[in-house]
Amino acid sequence: MAKMNMLQAINNALDLAMAANDKVLCFGEDVGIFGGVFRATSNLQQKYGKGRCFNTPLVEQGIIGFANGLAAQGSFPVAEIQFADYIFPAFDQIVNESAKFRYRSGNLFNVGNMTIRTPYGGGIAGGLYHSQSPEAYFAHTPGLKIVVPRNPHQAKGLLLASINDPNPTLFFEPKRLYRASVGEVPEGEYQLPLGEAEVLKEGTDVTVLGWGAQMEVIDKAVEMAEKEGFSCEVIDLRTILPWDVETVAESVLKTGRLVITHEAPLTGGFAGEIAATIQERCFLYLESPIARVTGMDTPFPLVLEKEHFPNHLKVYEAIRESVEF
Amino acid sequence: MTTTKSKTVYTPVFTDGAEYRIPTFKLLKQDGSLYKGGKAPDIDKEKALRIYHAMVTTRVLDERMLGAQRQGRLSFYMQCTGEEASVIGSTAALDDADMIMGQYREQGALAYRGFTIDEFMNQLFGNEKDYGKGRQMPVHYGSSKLNYMTISSPLATQIPQATGYAYGQKMAGEGHCTIVYFGEGAASEGDFHAGLNMAAVHRVPAIFFCRNNGYAISTPADEQFAADGIAPRGYGYKMDTIRVDGNDILAVYQATEAARKLAVEENRPVLIEAMSYRLAAHSSSDDPSGYRSKDEEAVWREKDPILRMQNWITKKKWWSEGEEKELQERLRREVLETMKRAQKLPPPPLETLVTDVYDEVPPLLNAQFEKLKAHIRKYPDEYPKSAIHVQGGA
Repeated sequence: MAKMNMLQAINNALDLAMAANDKVLCFGEDVGIFGGVFRATSNLQQKYGKGRCFNTPLVEQGIIGFANGLAAQGSFPVAEIQFADYIFPAFDQIVNESAKFRYRSGNLFNVGNMTIRTPYGGGIAGGLYHSQSPEAYFAHTPGLKIVVPRNPHQAKGLLLASINDPNPTLFFEPKRLYRASVGEVPEGEYQLPLGEAEVLKEGTDVTVLGWGAQMEVIDKAVEMAEKEGFSCEVIDLRTILPWDVETVAESVLKTGRLVITHEAPLTGGFAGEIAATIQERCFLYLESPIARVTGMDTPFPLVLEKEHFPNHLKVYEAIRESVEF
Repeated sequence: MTTTKSKTVYTPVFTDGAEYRIPTFKLLKQDGSLYKGGKAPDIDKEKALRIYHAMVTTRVLDERMLGAQRQGRLSFYMQCTGEEASVIGSTAALDDADMIMGQYREQGALAYRGFTIDEFMNQLFGNEKDYGKGRQMPVHYGSSKLNYMTISSPLATQIPQATGYAYGQKMAGEGHCTIVYFGEGAASEGDFHAGLNMAAVHRVPAIFFCRNNGYAISTPADEQFAADGIAPRGYGYKMDTIRVDGNDILAVYQATEAARKLAVEENRPVLIEAMSYRLAAHSSSDDPSGYRSKDEEAVWREKDPILRMQNWITKKKWWSEGEEKELQERLRREVLETMKRAQKLPPPPLETLVTDVYDEVPPLLNAQFEKLKAHIRKYPDEYPKSAIHVQGGA
């Protein structure tokens, strides 16, 4: 085991993946000699050469189109989009191409080897265009896998699983935690399962569900709630698509209450999808309405970021209201 | 229908366009004298000093605000250092009523148009007087009265927008045009192609001004494109194209003045590629020592566009050492005093969180806002910026 922050864990995962398989290539804007603006690809070009880790021109649709082609050819592209806020020029390549390559060809061709890494989320004074959490746009697209890690250990295991998964995978990295989240990480290769949520803490009164950087917010909120005597079950969804209905439903059948939190705006956010499915599965067991604690239905602000943000106090209040309903 | 007018050949002939080497237009030498054969544009003393004042204002503001960022007073900053002649020389050649659509490094254009130090500071600190209501990161300026479109961080999105804006100007028939700035890196985006092609097809009065400063964050131009710069792409769109020394204020001015004439009088869009160098880091979050050498930077420091302009106006006897000292001191003082003032102003009121998403706040968002206010009333100490706005009443 070694102590790593999330960036080091991601860098380590990429290093191991490139060492294990010559067909793994890392590329994107500034990922070459500079190692990416967050340094997630540090030293990979130095170690594996310009042919396998390189800067691309500044064109997101090009980066993902290129990755689609590479994956179709049999390589394992790991493409970086510098910020999730800048993924939208590539929307067509991801939604109409990556996600549909296998289906439209009757499985003659597929781009399952591709992984798209991109930092997402707020809390870094990034304003409108360095803060967004766009997972829900992509969650509306069958054919994609969407993964969000919560800490360095998870980031490494889930990224290695994403690279090796035979489906195109979007890997959203919580950039607020890049350096802030530090933990013990095994030095060798390991994979964590995609499509499986993880119960982090068992409880009986209410299920609190999130993913990525929100797990840290949930921890603080649950700490407050437990002091009030509320027993909370905490779940990290980890994979947004396809998501683990069973684990969440099983928990809510037990607790009868569900609080879901994400940074993205409320309307059309993935919490809505979870709430709809869980009320179908657990209707007669629910003791209170399923609560959603999310960003507001506005673009992501700057100066009033804290007000906009679904912080631990808002999550705590939702837990309390849910239990006291 | 085929639209090509090319002649027929009977053996396969390839061309990579190398025969069309695009020259670089220069007028002003570093010592302030003109190149032989060049003729200075028609700039009188008043205009020259307005241009110079904007250049020095930009430099002083950039130096001081990067310092403020380093001291933790500001979250983020971007300098224009080294590119002042490209931005200000081109803006100065336009009519003040022409539209400017910037990328993010064009504060010099605003300085030229008369944006005050107060106005810069209010945006940088996102206080209650910021026109953008504290919503965007520093340097995302905008001014409707100065015809400067508010900056958006995503790259190149402004390029096709400029084409559309200019088409509207053409339809309005008031003789205005749009200039749109972008870097050589942003020119790789699909929006660049969309914008230039549509401009050429629809013959709009737009000037596409590429600031080729050598780097897109860490990525050098030779990893950005294989061609000889951005200018050759203009041919592909059948667009009037010129390459100019971006550190040469007179050449930039003259090229843009001529471009404006083509755009406004003949509805011919123009591509200008200004060759320069980003002397500073990409932004306060960047450290160029990871990807380029001090020696390389030193070569370009010798070509400082502001010093070149200063040498020209000094030779013209329009400027003296005493005036230079007075201007530098006055600007430094003004920037410092204004910064202190702007930093003390309160943030925008809480309701700016939900206004302007639409023309009116929709009911669902309003309900979210009411819930937020109740929450802040419960935890006023946790929200020092906004607790004052929710006191009293439910």
